[in-house]
Amino acid sequence: MAPLVPTIISNEFNLIIALIAGIGFGFVLEQAGFSSTKKLVGLFYGYDFTVLKVFFTAGVTAMIGVLLFAHMGILDLSMIYINPTFLWSALIGGAIMGVGFIIGGFCPGTSICAAAIGKLDGIAFVLGGALGVLAFAEGYPLWEKIYLAQAWGPVTMYDMLGIPPALFAFILTIVAIAAFYFTSLIENKVNGTPSGVDKNRMTKYASVTVLAFILLTYIAIIPDADKRRDAHIEKQLKSSDFSKAEIPADKLALEIINNYYKINIIDTRSPEAFNTWHLPLAINIPAESMKDRKWDNLWQQKHKVNYFYSDDQVTAQKVYLYAKLSGKADNYILNEPASTFRQMFDQTILPPAGAGKQEMNVYNFRKKAAADMATLVETLKNSTQPVVAKTTKIKGGC
Amino acid sequence: MNAQKYMNPYLAGFLLGLVLLATIYVTGRGLGASGAVKSVVLSTVVEVAPQHAANTPYIKAYHEEHPGNPLKEWLVFEVIGVLIGAFLSGIISDRIGIKLERGSRITGRTRIIAAVIGGALFGFGAQLGRGCTSGAALSGMAVMSFGGIITMMAIFGSAYGVAYFFRKLWLK
Repeated sequence: MAPLVPTIISNEFNLIIALIAGIGFGFVLEQAGFSSTKKLVGLFYGYDFTVLKVFFTAGVTAMIGVLLFAHMGILDLSMIYINPTFLWSALIGGAIMGVGFIIGGFCPGTSICAAAIGKLDGIAFVLGGALGVLAFAEGYPLWEKIYLAQAWGPVTMYDMLGIPPALFAFILTIVAIAAFYFTSLIENKVNGTPSGVDKNRMTKYASVTVLAFILLTYIAIIPDADKRRDAHIEKQLKSSDFSKAEIPADKLALEIINNYYKINIIDTRSPEAFNTWHLPLAINIPAESMKDRKWDNLWQQKHKVNYFYSDDQVTAQKVYLYAKLSGKADNYILNEPASTFRQMFDQTILPPAGAGKQEMNVYNFRKKAAADMATLVETLKNSTQPVVAKTTKIKGGC
Repeated sequence: MNAQKYMNPYLAGFLLGLVLLATIYVTGRGLGASGAVKSVVLSTVVEVAPQHAANTPYIKAYHEEHPGNPLKEWLVFEVIGVLIGAFLSGIISDRIGIKLERGSRITGRTRIIAAVIGGALFGFGAQLGRGCTSGAALSGMAVMSFGGIITMMAIFGSAYGVAYFFRKLWLK
C-alpha cells in the first residue's frame, strides 16, 4: 500500500523522485503561463483568471485522486502528510503573502519558473524571498508567539465541518466549477470579448465535470476497500469451513520444536492475556490491531508459515482470514484454544495408573515436547522477536 | 521572438493535479517551493557565519533538525527539478531569453525593486504560514488540510484586498 516511501522506495531514492516531481511541476507551471506576472496578477484585476483555473483544477484533480486511491485501499491516508494548522500564523502569514503577491507579481514556485527562463523580475523575486526568509529567521523570537499559537494539529476541513471527506470534496468541486463559470463572465466583461463559448470545448468540459461527480458519488456511496474486506471476513466467518486450515496442538508443538525458524506463532488475544501466558515463541497481534501496517510484512512474506491462535476460535479465524486476504503467506489456525495448549504441555498430568500404552505415549511425548520448547525459548531469548517495520510519519510542507 | 501560446488552463491544471497526485502517492507528501529557499538560506548562514548561526535560535534549531548535508533535502531537489522543467518548457515554447516584464506605467528599476519587496514579503509570510501557494495552499487542498485551505484563502483574500492600491504597478 502506498505511500511507497519509506517502505518500498528508500529515502535516498526519494530525492530522485523529488527531482522528477519538480520537473513535472515546473514544466506544467511554465506551460500554463505562470512564468509571466501579467498572467498571474490578472486574477486580481479581473482580466485573466488563468491562475484560478489552473490552481483549482489541479487541487480538485489531486483531491479526488487521493480520495479514490484511499477508497480503493491503495493509499493509506493516515500516512500522508497533512499540513498542521496553526490558526494565527496561517492567517497572518497568508495575508502577508497576499501583499507580496500583488507587489511582487509572483509566488515562490512561479518566480522560480520565471527565473528559469531568464526573467529578471523572477530572479529578483527569488532573491527577495531569500531576504524574507533570513529576516524571519533573524527576528524569530519576536514572532515566535504568533508562530506557535493555536496549534490545532493536522486537522482537515472535513474534521472541522464534521462531514464525510467525500461530501467536502463534492462541495469544493461545485465551488470550483461555479468559480470557473463566474470568472469567465468577469473576464469577458473586463476584456470586452463576446461571451460565446466554443460548443465543442463546452462538451469536453461538461463530460470531465460529469466524470468528476460520478467518481465522487462512487466514493461516497460504495463501501471502500476496507469496509468491503471487513464484510467479506464477516461472511466467511459464518460460512467457511476452517478444517483444512486447522492444525492440532501436538502437530504445532512439533513444528515449533523442529521448524521454529520457518514459522510465526501469532497470538491474537489481548496483550494482558498474552503477558500472562502465551505459546512458546509467540508474538502478540491482538485482533483489534491486525490492520496496523507494521504487520504487513508478516502477511506478505512467503518464507514463513503463520499459525494463529486465541481463546475462542472466532478471533483466530478472523485474523487468519484477514492475513489470507492481505498477502501470500501460508496461514493456519491452532485447533485448540490457548488454554488447552497450556494444559496439554505446561500442565501435563500423569495418566492414572493402569492407563493404556497409547495414553502413556502421549504423556511422554508432551512432557518431552514441553521441555524441548522451554529449552528452545531459553536459547532463542534474544533473537526471536520478528523485525517489525517502524511506522514513521512522513514529513512535508514548505 | 515567436513565443507559442500557453496551454489551456484546465488541461494544465489537470496535468498539475496528476503530478501532485503521483507525488502524494509515491512519497506521501505534496509539492513545495519556499521550503527550498529556506534550506538554501539557512545553510548559507551556517556556512558563512557559523558563530552567528549558533547564536540565532531559529537557525540553530533548523540546523539541529537537519543533520548531515542541509541541502540534501527533498524540497531542494524538487526545486532543482522545477528549474529544469520550466527551462525545458521554455525551450519547447520558445520563451527563453533575458527579459523584464513590467507594467507600462513603471520603469524597469521600479519593477525590480517591487519584485524584491514582494519576494521578501512572500518569503517572510511563507515562513510564518508554514508554506506558500504550493506547499500550503495547493498541496493542502489536495489533502483537504484545514490549515492549508485557510492559508490559501488568506493569501488570495489579502491580495484582492490590496490589489486596488497597487494597480499602478500593473495596469495601463
